[in-house]
Parts: sequence; C-alpha cells; structure tokens
Amino acid sequence: MVDTSRLDDLIVCTECDALYRVRQPERGQVAVCARCHTVLAAPRAKAALQIVALAVATLILIVGAAVFPFLRIEVGGVANAASVLDISYAFFDGFLTVLVIATMSMILAIPALRTGLIIYVLAPFIVDKPALPGARAAFRVAQQLRPWAMAEIFAIGCAVSLVKIADLAQVTFGPAFWMFAVLTVLIVIQQKFMCSWSVWNALASQTPS
Amino acid sequence: MERVGFTDPVLTARDAGLVGCRSCARAWPMGTEVCPNCGARVQSRSRRSLQRVWAWWLAGLICYVPANIYPMLETRTLVHTESATIVGGAVDLAAHGAYGIALIILVASVVIPVGKFVSIAFLALSVGRISRTSPEARHGVHEIVEYIGRWSMIDVFVVAILSSLVQLNAVAAIQPGPASLAFALSVIFTMLSAQAFDPRMIWDGIEDQKAGHL
Repeated sequence: MVDTSRLDDLIVCTECDALYRVRQPERGQVAVCARCHTVLAAPRAKAALQIVALAVATLILIVGAAVFPFLRIEVGGVANAASVLDISYAFFDGFLTVLVIATMSMILAIPALRTGLIIYVLAPFIVDKPALPGARAAFRVAQQLRPWAMAEIFAIGCAVSLVKIADLAQVTFGPAFWMFAVLTVLIVIQQKFMCSWSVWNALASQTPS
Repeated sequence: MERVGFTDPVLTARDAGLVGCRSCARAWPMGTEVCPNCGARVQSRSRRSLQRVWAWWLAGLICYVPANIYPMLETRTLVHTESATIVGGAVDLAAHGAYGIALIILVASVVIPVGKFVSIAFLALSVGRISRTSPEARHGVHEIVEYIGRWSMIDVFVVAILSSLVQLNAVAAIQPGPASLAFALSVIFTMLSAQAFDPRMIWDGIEDQKAGHL
C-alpha cells in the first residue's frame, strides 16, 4: 500500500486518480500511470533553457506570421495578398465580429500569451533566480490554455485554402505560411520537452507565493 | 519506462481519503477546495460535471444543425454567385478531382464532429453503470476526443482565410456564410463538453468490481 502520511511524497494521476509515491525518475526516464498509462513525469536535463529558447523563437515567429502575408492570389492582373491581420480588417461587421475575434485569439493571441507565460515562469530558473510573483497562477493558466492555441491548425487551413481556390486563381504561399509551418514544429518540440510535474516541483521548492 | 511505486490493486486518492489536484498532481486532505500548491480548484469528483458535459453537448449539437444547413461560403464571380454548405463544398472539391482535400474537409467537419457527439454521449452514459467496454478503452476514447476535437476548426479557418484573401473587386469575392459562425460555436461547445467530463469517473468502482465486493 502507499504510505499516505507525507502528502509531499504523493503524486496523483490527473486522469484516473491513482495514487503513487514519488520516486524521482532518472533524467530521460518517464513515469507512467500503471493503470491508464498517462505520463506522470518526464524530467529532462536543461529543459528550462531549451523550452525558453524555443518559446522566444516562437514569439518572434508569431509576430512575423501575423504581419506578413500567408497567401497571395492573382487573377487576370488583379492581385491580393492576405496576412492574418488582414483577416480582422476584412470582415468587421455583424455576426462575423465574433468569428474574427475567435479566430484571432486562437491563432495569435492565445499562442502568444501561452508562450509569454511560459517564458515568465521558466526564465528565472535558467539564471538560478527565485520564481517571479504569480508564477504558479501563470503556469496554471498556460496549461489550461493549451487546447485553445491553434496556430498549427491554421497552417493546415492555409494549405487547404490554397487547393480550394487553385483553379479559380493563381495562388502562392507567402512568407507567413512558412513561419506557421516552423511554428508548428517548434510548438510540438516544446511540448515534448515540457514536464509539468518538474515545473510544479521546482515552483513548490520555492517560498510559497 | 519507469513506473512509480506501483501497487496492485490500485489505490486511488479518494480511497485514501485524499483529493488529487488535476492541475499539478499533488494530493491534499479530503475537503480541500483550492490546491495550496498551484491555486487550482480541487474536487474529489465533480458531481455536477456530468450536467456540464450534457449542457455543452446539447449546445454543440444545436449549433451543428444550422452549420450543415446554411452555406459556409458565398462565392461571387463575374458570371454568377454560388453558395456552398460544408458537405456541398467537399463534393465540389471531389468533382474537381481534389479528393485528398475533400477527404480532409469531410473528416474534419463531418466525421470528427459526429464521432465526438457519439463518443461523449457514450462516455457520459457509461459512468456509474457496469459497462462492457473496458475502462482502458473508454479512457482511450476520452483521450482521442480531447486531442482531436480542436482539428475541426480547420474549416472555420479556411473560411476566414478565403474571405480575406479573395477580395478581387469585380472579378471574384468570397464571403463567409452564417454556417461558419454556427460551426465554430459547435466546435467550441463540444470542446468544452469534453473538458467538462471528469475522466476519473471512468475508473470509479473498477477495483470493487474486480475484487468482487460491489
């Protein structure tokens, strides 16, 4: 049976409620719930540095992906190139406003906010400084926002759009499309490095905030 | 792979008189309401979670009806104006020979949403009953539903992209149809429905059943 006298030593599977006693997994090893196989912990060496580096690159790409055009269209001498910001100008009336706000948040605002929060939480660890105020709330929000950050889905949407109007006009990818493509890869790698259990552990070892 | 302190049969936090935080995985005495470590609200089992699941599920289903009836896109060219629904647009693509893209649209906008409605209803109904489907399988269903649901937004993004891109004055213009908003709302509501489901309920009572003392 699991000794439950010291709560600090316990880890609960967030998906199935199984209770385990913590044993620090070796770096590179993965602790998996025996019952539902959810990953409980997957610590990596120098993860904070790698994640912050990726996050900074992601932020820069998000800005670029917003302002540069992602697709360019040409029909009989008339041409138009659209950037993500153009989407918001294109239709700002009536029920479409809701749609624009939702689209903008999911492909730009939420990914950017999430990345910013992760930098805010992890950057102090790289330089061995105490966590910044509100770091726990920041990390919790960053985790909750994860399903709502959809930059990678937008990249696929660009490709689908191109095929959809390929016979109506001449369409080419703009720089922002490639930025979204790289962004997708960076986000996947960042999630691979991220072990939330290790982050919570590091935050818990600090003075309570 | 490493497994931490594995005990058989599995002891849950609830059985041990504890409540687990679903945000940071720490255990606290039963009755704790806010996790002292990360500040998330903790509940041993959210009893009202099933009600929230069904409420979002129904809202999503209601929005999914107009999303299929009304046009998603209105295309105006020099010669004529045409509007296409979700399925109509996919059929058009297939007619032009773009089978791959037609398939992506059909999977993202029809197969995934319908599959999600069925899966969430199945999970919610199986809670508290003796299900013939193993908890491992049901847990897998929940994981897939949570992971894949967001991909349905593809079609909404395509509408947003096309209507901002194809604004060529007299030559051609594409406008979003009312279905785009209904579809976006349907995806958002079903995502909230899947998130409201507490997967720990899948495993409740399993140990008792196994041990034969229900």
